[in-house]
Amino acid sequence: MNASEHGFNPSFNMATIKQVINEAVERVRMPTPMRLRDLIRQIRAARTAAEERSVVNKECAYIRSTFREEDIVWRCRNIAKLLYIHMLGYPAHFGQLECLKLIASQRFTDKRIGYLGAMLLLDERQDVHLLITNCLKNDLNSSTQFVIGLALCTLGAIASPEMARDLAGEVERLMKSPNAYIRKKAALCAYRIIKRVPELMEIFLPATRSLLSEKNHGVLITGVTLITEMCENSPDTLNHFKKIVPNLVRILKNLILAGYSPEHDVSGVSDPFLQVKILKLLRVLGKNDVDASEAMNDILAQVATNTETSKNVGNTILYETVLSIMDIKSEGGLRVLAVNILGRFLLNNDKNIRYVALNTLLRTVHVDTSAVQRHRSTILECLKDPDVSIRKRAMELSFALINTQNIRTMMKELLTFLEKADPEFKAQCSSNIVLSAERYSPNKKWHLDTLLKVLVAAGNYVRDDVITCTIQLISETTSQQAYITLQLWKALSEDVTDKQPLISVATWAIGEFGDLLLSASVEDTSDVVKPSEDEVIDLYQKLLWSPQNNTVTKQYTLTSLTKLSTRFTSTNKIQQIVSTFSSSLNIELQQRGVEFSQLFGKHESLRSALLERMPPMELNRQTDDEMQTNGESDMHEMKLDDSPQHRNTESNALLDLLGSDSSDLDIIKPNNPMPTQPVSNSNNQDLLDLLGGLDTLSVTPMTNDTTNTGIGLILENNNPIQMPITNNSNFLTGDFLSTNILSVEQDLPTLNAFDKDGLKIMFALEKMDNNTVSINVTATNNTLSNMSEFLFQAAVPKSFQLQMLSPSGTVILPNGVVTQVLRVVNPSKSMLRMRLRISYSIDGNQVQEQTEVNTFPTDIWD
Amino acid sequence: MQFMLLFSRQGKLRLQKWYNAHPDKLKKKITRELITTILTRKPKMCSFLEWRDLKIVYKRYASLYFCCAIEQNDNELLTLEIIHRYVELLDKYFGSVCELDIIFNFEKAYFILDELLLGGEIQETSKKTVLKAIASQDLLQEEETPQGFFEDHGLG
Repeated sequence: MNASEHGFNPSFNMATIKQVINEAVERVRMPTPMRLRDLIRQIRAARTAAEERSVVNKECAYIRSTFREEDIVWRCRNIAKLLYIHMLGYPAHFGQLECLKLIASQRFTDKRIGYLGAMLLLDERQDVHLLITNCLKNDLNSSTQFVIGLALCTLGAIASPEMARDLAGEVERLMKSPNAYIRKKAALCAYRIIKRVPELMEIFLPATRSLLSEKNHGVLITGVTLITEMCENSPDTLNHFKKIVPNLVRILKNLILAGYSPEHDVSGVSDPFLQVKILKLLRVLGKNDVDASEAMNDILAQVATNTETSKNVGNTILYETVLSIMDIKSEGGLRVLAVNILGRFLLNNDKNIRYVALNTLLRTVHVDTSAVQRHRSTILECLKDPDVSIRKRAMELSFALINTQNIRTMMKELLTFLEKADPEFKAQCSSNIVLSAERYSPNKKWHLDTLLKVLVAAGNYVRDDVITCTIQLISETTSQQAYITLQLWKALSEDVTDKQPLISVATWAIGEFGDLLLSASVEDTSDVVKPSEDEVIDLYQKLLWSPQNNTVTKQYTLTSLTKLSTRFTSTNKIQQIVSTFSSSLNIELQQRGVEFSQLFGKHESLRSALLERMPPMELNRQTDDEMQTNGESDMHEMKLDDSPQHRNTESNALLDLLGSDSSDLDIIKPNNPMPTQPVSNSNNQDLLDLLGGLDTLSVTPMTNDTTNTGIGLILENNNPIQMPITNNSNFLTGDFLSTNILSVEQDLPTLNAFDKDGLKIMFALEKMDNNTVSINVTATNNTLSNMSEFLFQAAVPKSFQLQMLSPSGTVILPNGVVTQVLRVVNPSKSMLRMRLRISYSIDGNQVQEQTEVNTFPTDIWD
Repeated sequence: MQFMLLFSRQGKLRLQKWYNAHPDKLKKKITRELITTILTRKPKMCSFLEWRDLKIVYKRYASLYFCCAIEQNDNELLTLEIIHRYVELLDKYFGSVCELDIIFNFEKAYFILDELLLGGEIQETSKKTVLKAIASQDLLQEEETPQGFFEDHGLG
């Protein structure tokens, strides 16, 4: 009469009684460790975190000491306490080995807790892990089903690749066990092993087939799960299992048609878990396979129509059915049925169901657009749902449904949605509205109205691409310019402090078309009162002085005001306002203030020509990015469009020279909210190899807009009249070189590239051959100290090639010179511009200067 | 399923079951983040949310949140059913289960979960069978512990 023969029934067994007595004796020697529930009570009674920590630490110390003393009797209780402590968040790694000892024990209680500890405390990364493998192997061969069950469960939870490889054979054997309890656990264990180590799949294939002919639901469901994983794992296995489709259909049918089975019933549905798993497997098998799909059509239709939908269970099954129908090669009628089910889901009160429906519709809308259109009104209703996830889904789905027929109604709803939307949606929504408007707008006026509404509704959340889109559209649509300018004026007159983009667009339009604003005809005015000059100028003054408007907006406004000086008659007032900005603390505004003031003073004669209206801008689609209109840079490309080829290169060159600026002109794509700094870097590297760090100069978007409008002005200028080079150099060199009026020397070769703080750099040009010009650079030191570590660097636009020969030296003595030769090749015969960086050390100070030279005579290339 | 978490309204963890290997630190981080995210959701919101690249399904029963993380191609509604089935099992076992039961008998909660799910997938769809298995194992434990003279043996 052995203990093992009778399982764990210790009564009336000599050996067991002996054991019990021994343990009792031990216990008398040592005090009983605290019970688990007492520890939990104590910890919960702690009023502060510090108190809790002290209780925990005390107990941990005690537990540690018992581990050292190899206490067999209470080990399980101590580990249980340790696991509780671990769940609270305290470290418990010292318990790992003890778990192993528990697992190796013969007592079921010990094993139960030991395996739980293993699953909680160990993960694949520990090496204690490997020691378990032996214990597992033993337990997988135990005569007690529950012990085998524990081992399989643990293996399924924490199997590492090595463990999986070692024990796969055992698991496979157990899959064929006569005990259903073991079989189902072994099947799922195999599922986990295959997930970890896909190569081991072959071993389990033979045993898997028979799992489907079971009656036991547990084995069935685990078998189906296993087969699904195998099929997703390898296409060959997928083909191998295609022949079970009829079996699956039969099982499913039996489930549906069989009567009430109390054991597996959930709210009137027979074993929904199994049904869903089978449906999923059918989906995997039927994908891309017409024959298999055909075999399932009937059963799918049957499930779709027969399932009770009053409870969540029924909807779960319907959901899975719809997913399957959508994925396989089902016939048209079935797909319509599926979409209708989703439509019904949308009307369901349960928000989970609505969410699931919207999600699925989003995935299938591109495949079955017409079917989904039918539910458009319901989807639009969902835009007003209180749950934010549902609103988001409904919004995305709405955009997918817009077409030329429904654009007006959809847009109305979407604009209402935009007004009330949460900030995180506004940016995405507005960009999407703009895109859709561009694609499907019925006419220009409607398009412009919509854009205006977007600018008003989305306020500051509008992305930059919307501003440029709007500006481009206005400039293109000559017929509507008066109308839209009036509308923008109306919008501007209201509270616009949180609508900076709107201000930018409005002031741009008013600046351009100020004369139309004043002289608007009756049809255009409709509900807007024509403003007078003074009203406009007063509003501008308000905008410019308001601290809530950001610098970019003010830049737009200031530029626009200057333009108005040619369209309005009250130039004095305008001049006054503009000149006050020449002492603005903000450098961008100050620069504009100063330079525009010049237009009223010294260069009065140029003003009208300079500020003429821009020609319509063309839309320049960037590659295949859906309608990313590259607004500002298009302005440049357009304006230089007199002689397209040459001018385009010139504009590219100009943009390239400004390095980061040009790329920051690129529109931020709607799904890419990050500023395009990485792009700018690569642009720079192409061009400014020598001057890598130069782009640190002017990288902020603010500055870009500055240069945009700055360039805008220059380029406007390029159209009608040839500007004296002085102004150009002012705009582009900016900062402190405005006093450096470069004398354009008509007889070729020398030009003054740089002159500051006693360092003067002269370029002497020499034509080498057709495309090459040699520049002799002479740097002169007009100070009384040495300039040491003199470094001269230059960069040219992409279309040029630059070669720099070694300088004559790096130290310039007082009144001394250093020379260097540059060779420039210009295959495209464009205008040469060069950016220079000069650095040297004088009197212990490090000096760094940067400048641009654009005054190269053009005829040197001829 | 990738993992299941049970936590109280105050954010205290009551049960965590992970079906994928992660280092402890990462587990703590994920747990903390997820608990905060879910606790900030309003009661009217739907039970699903997207988090990292997983779908999170959660449901509140009295003072406990049951939260599961599933993969993109898993059925969310089915997960809700699984959670409900687990609660039913706990209810049957403890007799009208409440949070305290789970706190003081957390190891039993784990045992029941391990009879319902293995490797993140359902292993038994019959409530009766699961409860029977648990009862048998409990019996095994009891038989090991002779009552009478030496109570107090075992886990306590």
